[in-house]
Amino acid sequence: MRVALFATCFNDAMWPETPKAVVTVLERLGCTVEFPLGQTCCGQMLTNTGYAREALPLVERFADVFESYDAVVAPSGSCVGSVRHQHSGVARDCGRTDLAERVATGARKVYELSEFLVDVLGVTDVGARFPHRVTYHPTCHSLRMLRVGDKPLELLRAVRGIDLVELPGAEECCGFGGTFALKNADTSVAMGSDKARHVRETEAEVLVAGDNSCLAHIGGLLRRQRAGVRVMHLAEVLASTEADFARGQELGAEATR
Amino acid sequence: MSGTFVGMPAFPDAAREALADSQQRRNLHHATHTIRDKRARVVGEVGNWEELRVAGAEIKDRVLTHLDTYLEQLEESLTRAGATVHWARDAEEANRIVVELVRATGADEVVKVKSMATQEIELNDALEAAGIDAWETDLAELIVQLGHDLPSHILVPAIHRNRAEIREIFLREMGQVGTPAPDGLTSEPRELAEAARRHLREKFLRSRVAISGANFAVADSGTLVVVESEGNGRMCLTLPETLISVVGIEKVVPTLADLEVMLQLLPRSSTGERMNPYTSMWTGVTPGDGPQDVHVVLLDNGRTEALADELGRQALRCIRCSACLNVCPVYERVGGHSYGSVYPGPIGAVLNPLIRGTSTPVDKSLPYASSLCGACFDACPVRIQIPDLLVRLRTRVVDEKRGGIPSGEEIAMKGTAWMFAEAKRWERAQKGSELAGRALRRRDGLGRLPGPLSAWTDARDAPAPPEETFRSWWRRERGTDERA
Repeated sequence: MRVALFATCFNDAMWPETPKAVVTVLERLGCTVEFPLGQTCCGQMLTNTGYAREALPLVERFADVFESYDAVVAPSGSCVGSVRHQHSGVARDCGRTDLAERVATGARKVYELSEFLVDVLGVTDVGARFPHRVTYHPTCHSLRMLRVGDKPLELLRAVRGIDLVELPGAEECCGFGGTFALKNADTSVAMGSDKARHVRETEAEVLVAGDNSCLAHIGGLLRRQRAGVRVMHLAEVLASTEADFARGQELGAEATR
Repeated sequence: MSGTFVGMPAFPDAAREALADSQQRRNLHHATHTIRDKRARVVGEVGNWEELRVAGAEIKDRVLTHLDTYLEQLEESLTRAGATVHWARDAEEANRIVVELVRATGADEVVKVKSMATQEIELNDALEAAGIDAWETDLAELIVQLGHDLPSHILVPAIHRNRAEIREIFLREMGQVGTPAPDGLTSEPRELAEAARRHLREKFLRSRVAISGANFAVADSGTLVVVESEGNGRMCLTLPETLISVVGIEKVVPTLADLEVMLQLLPRSSTGERMNPYTSMWTGVTPGDGPQDVHVVLLDNGRTEALADELGRQALRCIRCSACLNVCPVYERVGGHSYGSVYPGPIGAVLNPLIRGTSTPVDKSLPYASSLCGACFDACPVRIQIPDLLVRLRTRVVDEKRGGIPSGEEIAMKGTAWMFAEAKRWERAQKGSELAGRALRRRDGLGRLPGPLSAWTDARDAPAPPEETFRSWWRRERGTDERA
């Protein structure tokens, strides 16, 4: 199976440890991973802010770059949500019915990491070890747009040494919401403050989620509060192994959001 | 006596103010979570809830597709049953019709059943201007009216008030307009309800005219339906001689059998009850029983604008249950007033721009008043894709602004699109972020930043860019596969 990694623009530029972790996990499970260098951005920020016309070339580029692969995997529920749920609509609204059909077909092979691991590879134990107290926030787009359900939790439960604690009000939005975080900063922060409070209540050391953008928001609040909780992408937890600990180089430990 | 939403500021400004009201935040949190949990319980016990949602959406879609036919059928059925049908293009026309009908009876006061349509057209103000007192008889609407306040929720318009505040309003205001609240009134719900009961009873027995809306209007029989909890609506619908109902044209259902679906969906989604206590149905005039002078005002007021929007028309499926408000994380924190309409929350954020247009600051800002978390769609009993509609309306707002002097946002968005249009440009931009990353070496987060970035960093630390992006790492480690 030819698997392409769609790093997503945010992860590519800001959180390189996350796509690196995806490569580690997929290769450990026997996949051959390619990173097509023509990829840029899925255009979600443009689409969701109302700039569908500007997003259209990015929708077309995504199809051009990824069409030939058997599977495309991305460490972001939100970006995969945009590809699967929005791309054909953007093309159709811009009068490109040909492209709309093409991207609708292509989108079926685009997976969020936990979906690919559990549904396509049929794996829940990826051989990870992460001896920390962890709580998991299901991001809105993975939960309500992709309907990944418990897949990320199944993966986390199989991690050796993990102390996984339930997050109160887990399914409530953290308040990031893309440009919502800037356009309605006060409301966004009010929502995020409640999320951060729930995270602190769990006494977890690490907050895990499948979207670094949401983690940047919650993590940014937690850091400002000097809460002593770090945030980490699911992929980085799954990439951590016994060997990393032996070397004292826990993946992602130094990465912050 | 009532306020008005005209001239509301844009959502973010109104929200900022609302967020600072800690009493209101507490009231809203408590109330929304209580109803949210009740709804989840009673919806969870229905095995075929998803089938019901699909059926509800299909019934409404069928009506909306053939709205002209169903409306004419409704008019015919109503007329046959002895009611008089009036058509109102907009709020002004509807208000004029109602005022004239009340004047024709010689009455100088009316009792009102809780009605979103009459709130929408601000009928009470029109009646007041014509020297007619309008008494709200729904308990929560009474609280809003006596408090010279605005509704902040579709189902529980006084959701932003707590018991102590309601007691104060009753003690201060009831005596000014009728039977006063008893001395020594406490904030016990039972006592508050009893005070309202005494206050309203006098008005029910005296008033000769009632004004209502309708939850449903059955096309083939001409039956109007009002769903309520208190029985005050039933008093208005049965005691007076004249009954005037203002009904949005999207309220039609084809047959009585369709109510089987709708009356399962509505109470569970709305109050979190299996069945509401009072469902009143009336078909024109029944000689010797109830109002003998029955009028129905069919209201457009922008609904045909929404109907003309291929995607937007699904918003007209809305049965005003308010489930989307109760699950909305934005509504829960800012309350209803920030939306500048009697239709707040997620449905208000789509419905208002669809029916009022996107010309005012508040209507332009409403499509952005959401984090697009999707909780509203999951709760909606008629499957309105609110997040998709919000995105569509954002596109409309942006497209309407095009061609003028570009805003900072437009420049930023177009610049972003340009950068991402070619992988080479994106790589060059990454070189810049790597330089910044090296300059900020060992800083793993950024505090307060100036300019537009302050919107992020006023309350949140920002991440510092890494010294090496993923793409650079891949090139270094895995060679330069230029394919694709």
